[in-house]
Amino acid sequence: MNTERSERSNGSTVVLENVTVRYGSHQALRSVSVAFPEGATGLLGPNGAGKSTLIKALLGLLRPAEGVMRVLGRDVAEAPLAIRAHVGYMPENDAHIPGMNAVSFVAYCGELCGLPPADAMQRAHEVLFYVGLGEARYRNVETYSTGMKQRIKLAQALVHDPDLLLLDEPTNGMDPKGRDEMLALIRDIADRISVILSSHVLPDVESACEHVVVLHKGVVATHGPIAALKGDSARVFELRVKGDEKRFIEALREAGIESHDESGDVMRVFVPAGRPARVLFEVAARHGVQVRHFRASVPSLEDVFARALGD
Amino acid sequence: MPIHDQGYRRYSGARILRARSWLVIARAGIIERLRERRFLALLLVAWLLFVVRAVQIYFGTTFVRASFFAPSEETFHGFLTQQRLFVFFITIYAGAGLIASDRQANALQLYLSKPITRHDYIVGKLATLAAFLIAVTWVPAMMLLMLQVLFSGSLEFVSTHPRLVPAITITAALQVALASMMMLALSSLSRSRRFAAMLYALVTIFAGTIERVLQTATGAAGWVLLSPQNTLLVITDALFGIEPEIPVTIALIAIVTLMAVCVAVLERRVRAVDVVA
Repeated sequence: MNTERSERSNGSTVVLENVTVRYGSHQALRSVSVAFPEGATGLLGPNGAGKSTLIKALLGLLRPAEGVMRVLGRDVAEAPLAIRAHVGYMPENDAHIPGMNAVSFVAYCGELCGLPPADAMQRAHEVLFYVGLGEARYRNVETYSTGMKQRIKLAQALVHDPDLLLLDEPTNGMDPKGRDEMLALIRDIADRISVILSSHVLPDVESACEHVVVLHKGVVATHGPIAALKGDSARVFELRVKGDEKRFIEALREAGIESHDESGDVMRVFVPAGRPARVLFEVAARHGVQVRHFRASVPSLEDVFARALGD
Repeated sequence: MPIHDQGYRRYSGARILRARSWLVIARAGIIERLRERRFLALLLVAWLLFVVRAVQIYFGTTFVRASFFAPSEETFHGFLTQQRLFVFFITIYAGAGLIASDRQANALQLYLSKPITRHDYIVGKLATLAAFLIAVTWVPAMMLLMLQVLFSGSLEFVSTHPRLVPAITITAALQVALASMMMLALSSLSRSRRFAAMLYALVTIFAGTIERVLQTATGAAGWVLLSPQNTLLVITDALFGIEPEIPVTIALIAIVTLMAVCVAVLERRVRAVDVVA
């Protein structure tokens, strides 16, 4: 795929331009324009934000009402089959081919992607060992636990060695150990092929991805490298106050300072760049509020997410 | 220091750019069915009638005293008509779960996320069922014809009945196509293979019974159109030179319309994403 190389040399595996996807009268994606760079990119958003819709549109399973989508340098509308041959997809919900054991299932998926039967079988064994199902590869998939079903879905997405892997909530239903192992696999895969990891679990995305695209109500709320979006650690502070908290928060907003987790004991406050932290105390003093706790905080992806969603 | 890289390894082998995915689907479906002993037993039973007819042809062509066993066009017409019973059972056994089970296991989104089209998928599933149905209709019927040639030692029978080969082929093709498409369309309507099987049985048996009752009560032959299988029999009769109950054109239009409805149902139901809006 020469075009793929040229696109990838620009550093983007997926490019969307003004993409709108509708389900009847409901707009699931609204004029989305964003580029997914090489490596691992997290696709974040609350339920109903349009993450799964975006993934399905990238696979050509949903046709956008407007806009252009390019995956690995090819237009999805023009070459969906060629794209799917180079993309692996791990769906969110349980999915398998009924009546097959794991190795037959994965090899079958490989054959469907154009691998010769012998290669598909060999590759199926390899991939099943890689995802940690080597010992269970002759068991019927229907007898698998939830964690094993997540792994087999990853295996079927990897069997044809895609250039881009689309993972939709890959850690759903997994226990903590299984989740850590799945994230370790994703990190390892992302060293070699590009990954788009759709999730609403922020720590998962933070641990596996360098970039993030945040969707909210069908639009891109924010995107970029996670490190850059987190910004300077000195700008986020934990604060506990005594007094008229609501009035204080209102006053902070009027002063152009965002605060989150206001319902809890400790609030997280974002002081815009170029303004000193002292301003918090000034506002507190003006409104007769005592600051009982003050600490510079390490910004997390949760902060980025909260800011993007404007919660 | 690790002595073996356990990280993700890339594939460097060959890829078929445009794989015949329907063939892959059909082959997997056929192999899966053939692993079941009960299904193999059903296939064997479906060939019992062939054995009986083969013995009949042997005696009819070999012994002059048994010439009343000698095959005629009616022999083949009767054979294909009797095989409808096995077409029914095999269709239900091998066809009911073809799409219903995939829907239940959410397999459609897996299939359609691979480089295959919806048409590849449908054709693959159709081919799975059609292969078994051909194996109990066209194949044994043609083998009977070959046995006749073998036992008689001449092609006289075939040359004096020139419409026999096309009649057998078209009849079997219509039987197979109608059963496969109806079953596949009904299978796509449900997530339960049992429900799909019941629907097919209902359409086949119930419609046939109602048709017979109404025909007996009113004396009108047109009620035959209520039953797809009996409508097909009208066309079969015409192909074998038997006077049909109703004009064959009407029966043909009814069958083609039914097949078109099946295609429309499949077109609507076989999707990776169910849009409920």
